[in-house]
This record gives sequence, C-alpha cells and structure tokens, in this order.
Amino acid sequence: MSAPNKSYDPVEVATLKVEYLRGVVADAVAAFVAASNGEALKDARIAHAGDRSPLSLANREIGALPPAAKAEAGKRVAAARQEINQALADAQERVDVADEARVVQEERVDVTLPVKRRPVGARHPLTTLRERIADLFIGMGYEVAEGPELENEWFNFDALNIGVDHPARSTADTFYIAPEGSGLVMRTHTSPVQARTMLTQQPPIYVICPGRTYRTDELDATHTPVFGQVEGLVIDRGVTMAHLKGTLDHFATSMFGEGIVTRLRPSFFPFTEPSAEVDLKCFRCKGADSACRTCGGQGWIEWGGCGMVNPKVLVACGIDTSEFSGFAFGMGLERTLMFRHGVTDMRDIVEGDVRFTSAFGMEV
Amino acid sequence: MKFPLSWLREFVALPSSVTADQVADALLRQGLEVESVSHLGQDLVGPVVVARVLTVEVLTEFKKPIRWVSVDAGEGEPRWMICGAQNFVPGDLVVVVKPGATLPGGFAITARETYGHTSNGMICSSKELGLGEDHSGIIVLPEGSANLGDDAIALLGLQDSVVDLAVTPDRGYALSMRGIAREVATAFSLEFKDPVSKYSLAKIGTSIKAEINDTTGADRLVLSSVSGWDSAAPSPLWMQTRLTLCGMRPISLAVDVTNYVMLELGQPLHAFDAQKVHGTLRVRRAVSGEKLETLDHVKRPLISDDLLIADDQGPLALAGTMGGLESEISDSTSSILLEAAHFSPTTVGRMSRRHKLSSEASRRLERGVDHNLPPAASARAISLLCEFGGGVHNTSIDVDNRRIQGSINFDPQYASRLVGYSYSIESVESHLRSVGCEISKGEKWAITPPSWRPDLTISEDLVEEVARLEGYEKIPSVMLTQSSSRGLTAVQRARRNIGRTLASHDFVEVLNYPFHGSEILDSFGVEKNDSRRNLIALINPISEEEPFLRSTLLPGLFATLKRNIGRGAKQVALFEMGSLFFDEGFTKSPTIGVDKAPTSAELTALMGSIPRQPQSVAGVLAGARESEGWQGKSLPSSWSDAVAAASAVVESLGARVEVRSAEMTPWHPGRGAAIYADGDLVGYAGEIHPRVLKNLDLPTRTSAFEIDLDRLGVARPVHAPIFSIQPPAIQDIALIVAETVATGEVVEALVAGGGAELEQVELFDRYAGEPIPDGSVSLAFTLTFRAHDRTLTGDEVAAMRSAAVSEAISRCGATLRG
Repeated sequence: MSAPNKSYDPVEVATLKVEYLRGVVADAVAAFVAASNGEALKDARIAHAGDRSPLSLANREIGALPPAAKAEAGKRVAAARQEINQALADAQERVDVADEARVVQEERVDVTLPVKRRPVGARHPLTTLRERIADLFIGMGYEVAEGPELENEWFNFDALNIGVDHPARSTADTFYIAPEGSGLVMRTHTSPVQARTMLTQQPPIYVICPGRTYRTDELDATHTPVFGQVEGLVIDRGVTMAHLKGTLDHFATSMFGEGIVTRLRPSFFPFTEPSAEVDLKCFRCKGADSACRTCGGQGWIEWGGCGMVNPKVLVACGIDTSEFSGFAFGMGLERTLMFRHGVTDMRDIVEGDVRFTSAFGMEV
Repeated sequence: MKFPLSWLREFVALPSSVTADQVADALLRQGLEVESVSHLGQDLVGPVVVARVLTVEVLTEFKKPIRWVSVDAGEGEPRWMICGAQNFVPGDLVVVVKPGATLPGGFAITARETYGHTSNGMICSSKELGLGEDHSGIIVLPEGSANLGDDAIALLGLQDSVVDLAVTPDRGYALSMRGIAREVATAFSLEFKDPVSKYSLAKIGTSIKAEINDTTGADRLVLSSVSGWDSAAPSPLWMQTRLTLCGMRPISLAVDVTNYVMLELGQPLHAFDAQKVHGTLRVRRAVSGEKLETLDHVKRPLISDDLLIADDQGPLALAGTMGGLESEISDSTSSILLEAAHFSPTTVGRMSRRHKLSSEASRRLERGVDHNLPPAASARAISLLCEFGGGVHNTSIDVDNRRIQGSINFDPQYASRLVGYSYSIESVESHLRSVGCEISKGEKWAITPPSWRPDLTISEDLVEEVARLEGYEKIPSVMLTQSSSRGLTAVQRARRNIGRTLASHDFVEVLNYPFHGSEILDSFGVEKNDSRRNLIALINPISEEEPFLRSTLLPGLFATLKRNIGRGAKQVALFEMGSLFFDEGFTKSPTIGVDKAPTSAELTALMGSIPRQPQSVAGVLAGARESEGWQGKSLPSSWSDAVAAASAVVESLGARVEVRSAEMTPWHPGRGAAIYADGDLVGYAGEIHPRVLKNLDLPTRTSAFEIDLDRLGVARPVHAPIFSIQPPAIQDIALIVAETVATGEVVEALVAGGGAELEQVELFDRYAGEPIPDGSVSLAFTLTFRAHDRTLTGDEVAAMRSAAVSEAISRCGATLRG
C-alpha cells in the first residue's frame, strides 16, 4: 500500500481506474458463471471476492487517496463490489440447486425393495366382531353381560324351560362334565347368562351376551363343537315383539348395511313364547336375484332365533310377570362372520391359520 | 315330513292354480319350516303306459345278457323292444315308454336300431322315471293294479310336487296330512273338514284282552283284531306311490297301511301277528334284564324305564318306537292285532334316545299326538286292511285313561299388548278357532285347545297362534329408546386393551378348542402337585384322546403353531385369550325347581357349584422375528420377545412390570422369567425347555408366555405425570459384575442410589471377553439426571452418579470400569 500523499493523483492509481474496475468485475462474473459446483464457486469466490481479490486490493488504495478523492473512488469500488456480490449470490443459488440435485440423485434408492421384516399382528375376527356388536348395543343403552363357559345345568337348561327330558340335554348334543351326575355342562348357548343376569339384577335389564358355546358336533365346513353366540335380553315394562323387531332391524342394518332388515318367521324355542326365526334380507342380492348363490334365490338367510321371554323363564328367574315383559334373541357369531366376509369354510375360522386371521387386522 | 301336493288336494279344495311353491310359502309364513319343494317329472312327456310282458328271448352273442322282449301295451299288436334288465318274466306288468316320449333329464325316446333289432320303446326302472334312486331293475307292477295301456304318469304319480317340512318340537300335529291340510286351509281361507270325522270304530267289546299297567307311560290303548288276512295281498299302487313320495319304502300291505294312516292322520299304529301274541296285550315298563330283538335285528337289553307292549310271555315291542321281530307280520300271518295307543311323549323320547332309535312313530309321539285319534285311526286302518287284504274286523277294545284337558284363562287384548300390534277381537277369535280352540267368552275368555295341540298351555302360546296366523310380517319395527348404559366394564376394557397390545406387537390371535389330553402335561414335565394337573374331564368328549378341559393355554397354542409351520409359515407369533378350567373339588349342585326363583342361599349354592374358570392370556412364537433380506441377517425370535410381550401386557394396564429369573415348567430353567405386576406374580415368559420342544416336535428356541388375567386385574388409574423442562445431564458408566448377577438387580441398585433426580437408566452395551475377567460381564449404562427446579451443576451430577455407582458396587459387587 502506498503512503498517503497529498499530491497523489487518483487518476494515476491504476487499480482505481474505471476501466480497471470494470475488468475486475467482468473477470469475477465470468469466473462465477464458469463455476459449475459449490467447490469451484468457493475457489472463484476466494479469488474474486476474497481478502486478496483484485477488488479488495483496489479498496485498500482508497485509504491513501487525498480526502477529496476518497469519496469518488469509494463509490466506484462499492459499485463494483455490489456487482460482484450480486453475481456471486446468483451463482451460489445456481450451484446450490445443482449440488442438491446431484446429491439427491446420488442418494437415490430402490423404494420398491421389500421393507417389511415382521409379519403384522392381528386380532381374531370373531373377537373383533364380538366387540363391534357389543359397541353397537352399548350405543343402544345395553351393557355386556358374561358368564362361565362351564355352567350348571340349572342355568343352562332348567331355568330356561328346557325340561329334563328335552332332547337338547342328551349327550348327543351337550358336553357333560365328569363325574356322572355332576350337574355341570359346557354351556350349549349363551342363554344361561340371561338367567344369571335376571337373578342378579333388577329390571329394567338391557344386556348383550357374547360368548363361547359348546355342542357335540364334529368339525366340518359348517359345524364346530366350539362356537360363538351373541345373545340379547331386554326386560322392561311394556316391552313388545314390535320392539324386538325394531332392535333386530337396527342390528341387521348396522352390521350389513342400509336396507338390510330382518324377517320374523314363527318357530319354537322352549325359552321364548311367541318365538321366531330371524331371517336376514340377503345382503348380496337384496332379494332381487333368483339365482343368488348366497340366499339360494330366497332373498332371505337364516340368522338366528328370538322371541318374547317365556313367562316360565321369567318366574324361575324372579321377574314379576305382572309388571315386566321381555324379549331375547341369539345369533351365531361364526355364521354372521361367514355372511359378512364371505367365509366359506368353518374350519378357516377355527384352525388358527395366520393367513386367515391376518387379513382381518384390528377391526371387522 | 314330505308330502305330495296331489294328496293335500284331497283334503283341501285348493284352486288348481295354486302351486306347491305357494303352499310352501304360506306354510313358511305360518311357522312350518319348509326344507325343500321338489317338482317331479316336470320334463317328463308321455306316452308312458302299462304293458304286459308277452315273450322274452335272451340274446347271448353280446358281452352282457340282453333281452329281446315283446309286450302288450293295449295296442292290439305286440310291441318289441330291447331290455337289459333281468328281473321280469312273461306275464309281468311293466311300465313302457314309447317312442316320442321324453324321460326326466331330457332323455328323448325314439325307435332305434340296437343289438341287431329295432327297439320300439323302453321298459323303465324307478330311477329312469324320476321316482327314486332304485336302478336295480325295472318296475314290476302288482297284478291287477292297472289295465294295459293305462297312463303310468298318473298311476305312479310321476308328475307331482313334494313339499318337505321341518317340523318344530311343538307341532307334532303337522307330521300328518290332517294337520298340514288344516294349516293350508287356514292360509288360503278355505273350508277344512277334519278327515277324522269320517272314521268311527265299531265292534268295541272285551273279547280281546288289553291293559295299561303303567298309567304314566300311556293313557290310551286301542287294540283291534282282524282275521281272514291274505298275507300275499299287495298294497295298492296308489298307496305305494304316496308312501314313496312321502319318503317311506313300501314293504307289505300290513306295514304300508299302518304307515299310510300314520301319514294321513298322524297316529302311529303297529300290526302284530295275532298268532304270536299270547294272552293279554299290555303296556308296561320293562323289568331289568329283559331283552327284545327289534325289527332292525338288534337284540336290545331293556331297562326298567323302557315302556313296552308285552304279552303274557314277554316283550313284543318298544312302545311307540319299534316293533319286535318275533311278532312281526309274515307270509304266514292270517290274523292281525292292530295297536293304536297314546304314549307319554317324554317316555318315548327318552327311550328312543337311549336306544338310538328314532322312528317315524317315535318322532310323532315325542312331539305329541292327538289322544283322541286311536279309535278313528284304527277304524281307518282296519277298513284299508279289509279292503285290500281281504280281512274281517272282529272286534276292538279301547282302554281309555285320558286326562281332561284344562282351559286357559285368556285376555283377548293380551295378544295386542304383548306383540305391539292391534289385533281386532274378531281376528283373535277367528285365528284361535281356526287352530281348533273352543272359546267360552266372558270378561276373559276360557280357551280349550284342541286335542291335537297339547303344546298350547299358556296365554303366550295362544298369542303366538294369533300372531302367526295374522302374519308375523304385520309386526311393526319399533325402536326402544329409553335405556342407559355404563359401557364396558373395566375387565372387558382390559381384555380389549391386551388384545390390541399383543396384535400391535405382531402377535396373531387364535381361538383354540379348550380340549386336550393329559399326556401333554407329561411332555411339559408338569409335577403331580401342580395345580395345572387338576383337570376337569368331559364325559363325552369329541375325541377320546382329548377328554380334558385346558388348565393352560399353551397346548392349544403349540398345536396351532405346529399347524402353521406345517403349512409353510416361517415367522409365527400367536396369542390366545380365554378361560381355563380347574377342578378344585366339586360341590354337588343343589336340586332347585323352576316354579319360583331360587332363594339367595340356593343361588349362592348354584353359583358355588361351578369350578373356577380364570381368564388367561398366552402367546407363543417361533422362527425369525425379523426375516433375512437385503437389510441383513434374520433376527431369530427368542426368550426376549416373549418377555417383551408379557411385559407389554402388564404395562398396557398401567401396572409396573418386574421380570425375575424363575424356573417353571415348561420353560427353559435358565431362560424363563417370572412376570410381576406391581409386585404380584402374574405369569411366566421365556424360551421353552429344549426337552419339551423335542417331545412336541416344535422348532428350537420356541418361546412363550402365559399370564393370569384374573391376577393381573384391570387398568390402573393414571395420574398425569409431572415432568421437568430443565436440560438433562447425561452420564455413561460401565460396570463389571459377575455374570450370575441379574441385570435387573444392577438397574434396581442404580435407581436406588441415583436418587430422585436419576430419570432414566438405559443399558446400551453388554460385553464379555478380553479384557473383562472370565465369569464377569461389562454392563454399560446411560444415566439421565434431571431436576425439576433447576439445571444441575457438574458437581451435583458427579455426586449423584457416584452415589448410583456406589449402590451398585455394594449391592451387586460391581466394579466401575476405567
């Protein structure tokens, strides 16, 4: 750097000449433009905008100028710096984009590679179906009642007006617990829960009883000795068969969709009078296809049984028949699952093949 | 019960336009379940005629014997045809289908060249005519049953519709044409004339002897004597046809008549060879030790509950169930004793189940037969026997102990109240009358149900009759809206929570049968005094190999695990939630009636009679936990996955889990853990003992857990945590301990020594080998310290760390590693 010199003629300082500064700017811009990546631009920045760049060196000369000349020269240098900085910023943005594009290109992976290393868990569809039904009825003001699977004959049969000579009590239908005469059976339906509930709660009673039940059938495509049932029981003042029908229709529509209602057909059960079979409107053809494979063209599918609780049952369970009436209904869970999800073989529900269960995930 | 529409039309004047499907629909609506409707001979086109075989020439030059036959089909000229069947001779009456006809299945008949002759028709078997499956030979008709050239379609009922009803236990009357016709008449609003009114039994006297010795078993016995019987007389063809269409096999005139009258009126009848009956015919209970060989050639030992028809020499028949072989009608029978009785439904039901003998008779008697029927049904059968078998009715005896049927006090408004639909008083009355009830009107009505409806005993039974005849489809659909619910119980919510937890830990739920044998516990090595040995047995298991109810979920899970592996699964994790059953000594359950509610003492006794059935959850896993692939080697499943799952179950309910080393069958003694929830033992987890795995042929390193849900309880209440927002201070330490020291104990010591500000202890490395001395391991932990109210200073953290380490040193013999 030159020492201050009052007689110093700025016009004579070569690096502060307009033409020189133009050249410096032009060189810098050219270098920045030429830089194709961050590394090259860094080099160009140091060369053209760094502490030892021509412009910085020129700037230093300003200090030696006479005061009168400083302002003029400072403006010139500042303008040149602004031009260089702008060009650098533009170039930086350009190479950043290019660098990022290159990096993400280099980091590319095959996202179609298999990513699942663990089979996914699932809950059994009968369990989730039970829960769904329970939730539906809880929404209707019911509670979920439960009872033991190994049950006293009194609850399973006697209290339900199933006399000692009823065929259902034979060992051809019912699992009996040893020793002979124990009075204990594997419950053949969820109805004993009705009796237990009536005997331990005061009406009004609104309960749904899902559970495991047992009959001595061999396992085949449509039978299983261990199966699920869901039973509903209402005991209240002024309960009618029309309420039963309304409840079943709501149940059917909620499980199978809009327009799927029920039909009651007269039938016989010892624990209800009047009694009815519950048919479900065919959810495939809605009764419109005479060749429908699901309903055999009938338009209806057997779903379960129901009726008004037989007064003999109410009496055995301590309900005042002069004040209260009630209805009950029961459906097979497997059957409901088979309908709803097109299961064609009972064994798939029973055997525990993970491929079956996994398909249902956490909800049905 | 199956019945042809043509027969029904004899009892009800159905318009000819009414089809079998319409009848079936109407019956279905009224509560008689229709199994099927079949239309016979819909594609059958005549001519199909009766013909007599004139000549038979056997053609021997073919592989099988072929016959060249001429028949007289009433055409003046003989008709010639080829026939492969062998069961006929010249003179027999047969059924011939002529060219131009079409047999069922669209099989068109033409005159055709075959076996060197022109066959001008075909002699038919039952199967070819659509009559059944019998293809053993062609039909040979009874002599005199038809004229030559008669249309066999009408004669054999080849074009008819058959409705098959599934009759519920309360509707025994519908197992007869009489009962079905009444229902159909009601459905179509047609007049019904009870066929029974046509028959009355004459010649009632006492010259034959009959008694009812057991009045609980029978209340009516009509016995009739028919002599001059021609045992060779065949049943008329129309009767055979109807029996066949109803699904019964024609056998002989005497048997066919009793079956026919049973189908027609509903009364089971039995015909005895009078010569084989000695002295008085009586209804009595068997004496233990007696034996009877029944018609099915089974020699049956009898017990004192069996109800018999017997004579002075011994048992003749199982009452209302099956006749005896000895007194059966045979070719040499010349006189018949015909029995028609009303037996107790429960007695017959018990007996038929005990002997595994469900007959057409017992099915009806079990469901209840009209106790007024025996005389009329006897009269009807006698007239048929005499008409077709040449017999003479000598005399009958009617032993009558019927009980008077009571009336039901009925409020005619009750139907509307119970059903929720307004039935007019007129319709209530008309429906009850069409059922056959007698009504005596007052403020309330006294209803006397008809004798054929023993099922009608209470008002609700009558309401059902009104509702079904008005039509169940009239019942409106009305929602109940007034109830309130508290939702799921805590136990129910806990089960859901655990199920979701395990599924989200990649376990798949299964629902196994709770049956197993005892040897599975032997393979587990379960000790004699282990509570899991207190097995409850079934008297009648599905499989003799699996007579016990499970006391652990593991046997079922192992079996399902094996099934999945057998089907090719490589990574299997299964869980099940369900009941276990323990025999803790039976208390004999009390005998309690049903005419009133049990007293609270009785209820307690009832509830107490039931064995303990705790809820349990268990899981098994085998194979890779993470599969091998481009990311690296497979991660085998291990004891740690079972412990993790068991811990997750405990923690899902907000309980504090503790894992301690434990020995329990069937777990590996060195790789099994006891699982504690808030300090209570709730179950076990870990790898299964290699010997057990070998015994059961399970994959090595199979792991499992089982937790007693009753002990685990329900979700603990959650108090919102208070957490610090100060910066944490992280300290890593490595401790050398003997390898026998449980890591859990070291962690406990660090926690105890670290004080309230020690927020977390994480094991980040476990190392054995140089330079760690043999028999020791290095455990490296990250300790996180944090205070609630301030940033901890370096000095404070150093002091806390040192306190934690000191505690580990003093409790576990640890040394701090360099």
